Amino acid sequence: MALLQISEPGMSTAPHQHRLAVGIDLGTTNSLVATVRNGVPQCLQDENGKMLLPSVVRYLPDGQVAIGRVAQTAQATDPRNTIVSVKRFMGRGLKDVAHVETMPYDFVDAEGMVRLRTVQGVKSPVEVSAEILRSLRQRAEYSLGGELTGAVITVPAYFDDAQRQATKDAARLAGLNVLRLLNEPTAAAIAYGLENASEGVYAVYDLGGGTFDISILRLSRGVFEVVATSGDAALGGDDFDHRLFCWILDNAGISLPSDRDSRRLLMKAREVKERLTLDESVPIRMTLESGDEVDLVIERQVFVDITVNLVSKTLKPVKKALRDANLSPEDVKGVVMVGGATRMPHVQQAVGELFGQTPLTNLDPDTVVAVGAAMQANVLAGNRAGEDEWLLLDVIPLSLGIETMGGLVEKIIPRNSTIPTARAQDFTTFKDGQSAMAFHVVQGERELVSDCRSLARFELRGIPPMVAGAARIRVTFQVDADGLLSVSAREQTTGVEARVEVKPSYGLADDEIAGMLKAGFEHAQNDLEVRALKEQQVEAERVIEATEKALQADGELLNEAERAELDGAVAALRAAAEGQEARAIKIQLEVFNRASNEFASRRMDKSIREALAGHKIDEIRI
Amino acid sequence: MLDMKQDFFELFGLEPRFAVDLDRLEQAYLEMQGRVHPDRFAHLSDAEKRLSMQWATRANEAFRTLKSPLARGQYLLELKGVDPAFETNTAMSAEFLMEQMEWREALQEAREAADEDVLDDLSRRIRRDTKALVEQLEAEFDTAGDLEAAADTVRRLKFLEKLQHEINDALTALES
Repeated sequence: MALLQISEPGMSTAPHQHRLAVGIDLGTTNSLVATVRNGVPQCLQDENGKMLLPSVVRYLPDGQVAIGRVAQTAQATDPRNTIVSVKRFMGRGLKDVAHVETMPYDFVDAEGMVRLRTVQGVKSPVEVSAEILRSLRQRAEYSLGGELTGAVITVPAYFDDAQRQATKDAARLAGLNVLRLLNEPTAAAIAYGLENASEGVYAVYDLGGGTFDISILRLSRGVFEVVATSGDAALGGDDFDHRLFCWILDNAGISLPSDRDSRRLLMKAREVKERLTLDESVPIRMTLESGDEVDLVIERQVFVDITVNLVSKTLKPVKKALRDANLSPEDVKGVVMVGGATRMPHVQQAVGELFGQTPLTNLDPDTVVAVGAAMQANVLAGNRAGEDEWLLLDVIPLSLGIETMGGLVEKIIPRNSTIPTARAQDFTTFKDGQSAMAFHVVQGERELVSDCRSLARFELRGIPPMVAGAARIRVTFQVDADGLLSVSAREQTTGVEARVEVKPSYGLADDEIAGMLKAGFEHAQNDLEVRALKEQQVEAERVIEATEKALQADGELLNEAERAELDGAVAALRAAAEGQEARAIKIQLEVFNRASNEFASRRMDKSIREALAGHKIDEIRI
Repeated sequence: MLDMKQDFFELFGLEPRFAVDLDRLEQAYLEMQGRVHPDRFAHLSDAEKRLSMQWATRANEAFRTLKSPLARGQYLLELKGVDPAFETNTAMSAEFLMEQMEWREALQEAREAADEDVLDDLSRRIRRDTKALVEQLEAEFDTAGDLEAAADTVRRLKFLEKLQHEINDALTALES
């Protein structure tokens, strides 16, 4: 007789519990959070009904942090402590940042990433971004009425490894479980493609506040395949503001404005730029603190003339992406415009001319990325049934390589490789008896190391003494689905295993993040432990739920003894999760992961077999 | 039991031949990614996430290899235990070396002239030659079974691919 199952009191019996997942567009100028509610994607509003959160963070002397509009209004009066466009500093050293001379910040040129000295001490761009993300997380949790299972955070497609890593660190710091880093143009393509049921080759032209991306995608039923991507991680609407700012200074005869005047003039420049989208000419009137008067009128054509080379700067990556994709402009069925800066008429005109068609502007260029991210988050959280999920195949934007003799780069993974991907390359020793080897991991397209971005350096030690050229050291690059790289090296000939994992030098080291997390909880010591316990409990629940589901579907893949072992591991994990010790749960999770390895791998095999079997049946039918 | 040691043809249920039905290949690849891609496992256990990344990586590698005629030819040679010896010039015929020199000269001239049309024209010629070599390779592998000849053709294709990259770089340089 079959026994009826009765669940434990307090345990959820709902098989399809909706998990709260959000998509976050962490923009240079504005940030947004969106979710899918009752099957409909929507951007979440703050208590004043605003969707856009200005990406501005102000550190106040009393230890408070203001984020968004409140901070924005203070930027002209407290420029040094009010950080705008922090995305431009993510994963960047001081020398990589354009226009530092006109920025009102007190920069600290720290190793790897630039830092900013504020009234609350030195802050890294990761911490500043985390404030923005935390604010959006709170908005979402308030609006959705519960803790988030996870978030998809968007990044410019052209972001390199250091910038991606920095973004992921910021999300961790903000207490978010990152389901995936998603490229912004790809997110837009999901939103656009699903809404319009598009098929064929599409280009996404994404000009944001500080970054430019172009992605070429092949859309077919249920598949979004990025064929090529290119861009400029330091080109955006901000640069148009800056041109206008310089024009105002020139024409008003102002040479060296104060920090506060600079900030006011930049804000004015942005306002004028936006008005020029509709108006043919716009007056610029302002009295500066210095007493200088600005009284000018700018015609749209003048604005076009002073920014035309910024627009043509975006067309080069477009051509490069098309060439990488082996396509001509006429192969492209539609061009989706994303990012506030694509509202400028001369941008639309230039893109239209290149592709020989009117660009698609029917989706709100400010929200389309967040909406696409929310749709993807909903899928990743497991809220959709298997059949109506779509498949997303994205690529890495820049080649990854290793420095070889003479400062040259040996490319290991070429740009536009579909991720996840792994490639290996063998290297050898240069001198007799050499026992160590230094590796320098770089990213970029140029032949010379000095023209590429340095990602990490590491050493492999303990190579047994051999004559020069006899050792075989295999270096393996693995890029995961977030586009993040890990590298390992191993000496092959002697079987001596020496392995190294790369630590990102441009991101923050793990202990630094841990330190920041701790610092954030200084005021409430228990919070840290409570949070850790909660996190482990949620993780345990997630794993138990997933395993039970898997056992229901594929229980027959285990024999009785194996089944008993796995059931035992589930029971032990459940018992630990009911306790109050985070560490105990963590240990039990590790035990569980080991116990479930075999089951997971048999399920994967079965799934692949089914995929192939389905394929063969199709052929027989033909 | 399926395992990672399967060759790429087996992985997609294809015959280990040079001629490949690309539609069938793509369909098998997409079906496999649909099952193993990390996006399907984002909410599952670490063990499953790890497996998924390994399989998806493998599927991408296999698809990339089989899709490109050059990579596929190279891979077939490897499966059959033939080393195409790209690094040693001794494996190349005098005729092929002459050809290489002529191509290089043409590229150099086009570069110096900084003429987009000349570069485009060169690019078209490379594509035409590549197409002919691919047809030749198919006969060598699948009809004649002449692996020596196939290895020679693969070396030629490799050279043309490298040349094509250099032309693309020159075109990119012209635009900046």
